[in-house]
Amino acid sequence: MTDPNSLPAALSEKVEIPESISGLEPVRSVRSPIRLVYDFVPSPPVQQYLRSYSKKKILGHRSPVDGAVFVPPRGVDPRHGVLIDESVELSDRGHVGNFCVTHLPIPGRDDLDIPYVSAWIHLDGANVGFLGLVAGCENDEVHIGMRVQAVWKEEDELGNTAENILYWKPTGEPSVPVEKAGNRAWEHTNE
Amino acid sequence: MSELEKPLKAELTVEYPFTRTTGEVIGAFMTGLREKRLFGIKRPDGSILVPPLEYDPVTSEPLTEMVEVAQSGVVETWTWVDPPRPQSPWDAPHALALIRLDGSDTSMLHAVIVGSPLEMKTGMRVTAQWKEDRVGHIADLEGFVQEIEKADS
Repeated sequence: MTDPNSLPAALSEKVEIPESISGLEPVRSVRSPIRLVYDFVPSPPVQQYLRSYSKKKILGHRSPVDGAVFVPPRGVDPRHGVLIDESVELSDRGHVGNFCVTHLPIPGRDDLDIPYVSAWIHLDGANVGFLGLVAGCENDEVHIGMRVQAVWKEEDELGNTAENILYWKPTGEPSVPVEKAGNRAWEHTNE
Repeated sequence: MSELEKPLKAELTVEYPFTRTTGEVIGAFMTGLREKRLFGIKRPDGSILVPPLEYDPVTSEPLTEMVEVAQSGVVETWTWVDPPRPQSPWDAPHALALIRLDGSDTSMLHAVIVGSPLEMKTGMRVTAQWKEDRVGHIADLEGFVQEIEKADS
């Protein structure tokens, strides 16, 4: 059996490069991009969720087991494997549960000026967070527990999309204590 | 909300801009393409693999002796592509063929550029057609075209 600690043979053996190209700058890498274009059709609860965005409303789903509210609504409580059909209209205010300052550009997202802040936004009345951008303050002012509210697009630009929320800005309200921010207080609905 | 409401649908794209390292053997093959040359690699029994592999496909021994092969060869089998897929390197209908270059014991997959499948035939002779601007990529080879017999041969 081959010793797993030995160098791969191609690294230990000397490859003989033909003279006609041996003095030239060798090719060392090759671009091999992968691209998949597909049509996405959301499930019925997510269809409803996206449509409500055009009315500047954010929908969640309430679990019949313990009343926990999930956003986006997926039609199920994944903890218990039970169906959910109770929709809840959520506030467009909440707090930052966790966040990340990104300094590297994402290919295909030229609209994001780096560095930018993405965060788990925990809406008032929801038990889980969802992703959003935080702006309207200095990046180093963003903190866990910071109260934020949605900044919506102009009325005539609204569509059936979560992109209707441009970003989340600080409200100036007192912060949620770190130990109660995000999922740290899972047992209690964030009021 | 109406049950009959048309479902929402969005076109999404997943995309990874990979750059992969070639290693010495594949790197030399790519360097050759940039220089309008085709290289294979010699197996212990003297047979030649084109494109080259780093390891012998039978014994797994490392292969190290790269050799140049001819730019012309024989179409061993082929299929007609019409229309090309959106991300194909070729815009027009063409053949995809396994081409065994003179001096090689294996065949490589590439396009044969002809106007119609009626011009294709297993066993036909083809020769490499290179792009003007080459970067060290398999697409430096535009494809293969029908070999024109020399008047004096």
